[in-house]
Amino acid sequence: MYRSNVLVCGGTGCTSSNSLKIVEKLNEELKAKGLEKEVNVITTGCFGLCALGPIMVVYPEGSFYSMVKVEDIPEIVEEHLLKGRIVTRLLYQETVEDDTVKSLNKTAFYAKQKRVALRNCGVIDPEKIDDYIAQDGYAALGKVLTEMKPEEVIQTVLDSGLRGRGGAGFPTGLKWRFAAANDADQKYVCCNADEGDPGAFMDRSVLEGDPHTVIEAMAIAGYAIGASKGYIYVRAEYPIAVKRLQIAIDQAREYGLLGDDIFGTGFNFDLQLRLGAGAFVCGEETSLMTSIEGKRGEPRPRPPFPAVKGLYQKPTILNNVETYANITQIILNGPEWFASMGTEKSKGTKVFALGGKIKHTGLVEVPMGTTLREIVEEIGGGIPNGKKFKAAQTGGPSGGCIPTEHLDIPIDYDNLLEIGSMMGSGGLIVMDETDCMVDIAKFFLEFTVDESCGKCTPCRIGTKRLLEMLEKITKGQGTMEMLDEMEELCYYIKANSLCGLGQTAPNPVLSTLRYFKDEYIAHIKDHKCPAGVCKELLEFKIDKDKCIGCGMCARKCPVSTIHVTDYTAPGKKKPAYEIDPSKCVKCGACLDTCKFGAVSKG
Amino acid sequence: MKSLAELQAIRERAKANLDLRKENPNAARVLVGMATCGIAAGARPVLNAFTEEIAKRGLTDSVTVTQTGCIGICQYEPVVEIEVPGEEKVTYVKMTPEKAVKVVNDHLVNKNVVTEYTIGANTK
Repeated sequence: MYRSNVLVCGGTGCTSSNSLKIVEKLNEELKAKGLEKEVNVITTGCFGLCALGPIMVVYPEGSFYSMVKVEDIPEIVEEHLLKGRIVTRLLYQETVEDDTVKSLNKTAFYAKQKRVALRNCGVIDPEKIDDYIAQDGYAALGKVLTEMKPEEVIQTVLDSGLRGRGGAGFPTGLKWRFAAANDADQKYVCCNADEGDPGAFMDRSVLEGDPHTVIEAMAIAGYAIGASKGYIYVRAEYPIAVKRLQIAIDQAREYGLLGDDIFGTGFNFDLQLRLGAGAFVCGEETSLMTSIEGKRGEPRPRPPFPAVKGLYQKPTILNNVETYANITQIILNGPEWFASMGTEKSKGTKVFALGGKIKHTGLVEVPMGTTLREIVEEIGGGIPNGKKFKAAQTGGPSGGCIPTEHLDIPIDYDNLLEIGSMMGSGGLIVMDETDCMVDIAKFFLEFTVDESCGKCTPCRIGTKRLLEMLEKITKGQGTMEMLDEMEELCYYIKANSLCGLGQTAPNPVLSTLRYFKDEYIAHIKDHKCPAGVCKELLEFKIDKDKCIGCGMCARKCPVSTIHVTDYTAPGKKKPAYEIDPSKCVKCGACLDTCKFGAVSKG
Repeated sequence: MKSLAELQAIRERAKANLDLRKENPNAARVLVGMATCGIAAGARPVLNAFTEEIAKRGLTDSVTVTQTGCIGICQYEPVVEIEVPGEEKVTYVKMTPEKAVKVVNDHLVNKNVVTEYTIGANTK
């Protein structure tokens, strides 16, 4: 029996800042002190506060060490683990108050969170099935198989009000009911783990931190609809998630929690992994299934819907990772418990990946109906460097930008649609006053143009034309008529594209046109980029009266386009410099170099 | 896995280690003084004895064992304080692993303070 547990985050974020080296060093130091039988070191999934990684938590004290370095480990082992003196200096400083250490759950980042899908992330060792079982793992599967009829399971999921967490928000129970209603010799349960939105990493974190929850939920889904086979379609770019999933599947098989005659009930279910090669379109359900079949990932028209003819032309359900992560808790705690959280039409919680211009970059899970302001300002800690909030982007390339005036809207599926964005998978990118909204729209369009599979014309050619217009505007070559043309084209693409990719691709353009039209107009009419991002519209200048003639900027200039003049400002000793705009590449090196505020951009 | 009982057995076996990772404000706390004076007097075996015995008796969800610094009465080390919510704190002194087992048994399970090991009995 261990007297102390040291949890080290082994999610992708912390791993890339060397957390595995920390684990190594910990084990080494513990061994040297003879503590290896008293202190247990566990590599867990994501804690959520990725901005402060690598993260390490010591129990039973619950001490939260942040930004841990390998060099800190000997001190933590010697002081804390050997002598019981918490190294306050290295703790996450928000947990330290007047020399006492307060619970992590009381800090601004965690206080408003409600962890359902992420309940085991940062608690269990994802590579140990026993840890998962200790947290009531596979109890839901046991309950379903021994106490409930398939129809009861579907009704429970339906009553809970759970909606698809992949973005569109289709009621999960309804999807299951459709698939259950279709008779077939073989049905399939699939999991969409092809998380492709730039800046989104909720699904990766669930898979890395708690892979069994997805496996158990898929088996439950299999029982509900009468399927005996399942596939998890996961991105090959998620190596840690893939590895832990495979370990989890192997362990579940070994315990007989996957395979034949589970719990002696005669129910058979088994799972396989399929790795996606990184095409964004494979996150779309029909493309994903085509890809599982080994063909090129391209969408096909619906109907028939997958519940009728899906994978290998058999009835299939496809749910997102986060959707599955809620299922076991709904079964164990009852649909009323789940429905008690959230808003009228969106129940439960939602995980968001906070990114962009925000202090606490990371993963948060909040009840539906939490306002954007609470997420950004309280949980996220606000915007760094004293900048002003401009917009939040939700839903990735399918979503839109939410401006300041809508900060207080309770976030749920329907409210986000109403203000021209969407839930999407839950990426939330915060932008401040130095972000150009036209440039943001262009960034997402570039992404969809790259990722369009090319099967249907509106998406393949429409998005390309749209991008060309945006490029012209950011170069100062736009016209006011272009704005109307763009809007018309957007609606055309939305109405005529074959799959979700094209149908939602114009959203970033439409929402920025709706809320930030003045920025488009500034680009077109004044040839200015108000945020100072679009290079072609920028001009760097030296205020000759402020210039002291030190020549630092001229030396830094990579294209040597800053020259000395024959003008010496009153009170200055040396002649001022000036920039020859004809060769300027607008790198901004002069602006960063000047200590006297003589260089300006605009 | 052929029955729910099998799953339950694994759960029971694995639970104790997981309980350690939960913050439970209502749990009774066993604080073992682990400053230099405590360690020198043999506090580590005492700490481990508490951990083992509490796990053995399945008390991990209601009792947490933690280390603490010097309590200030170095001549009585190893010192152990037990805080049960709603009750007065009890300080045990000159503890040994054998005494620890008895304290878990009498104090934490049967709710009888082992008076003869307390600081009160040892200062008279």
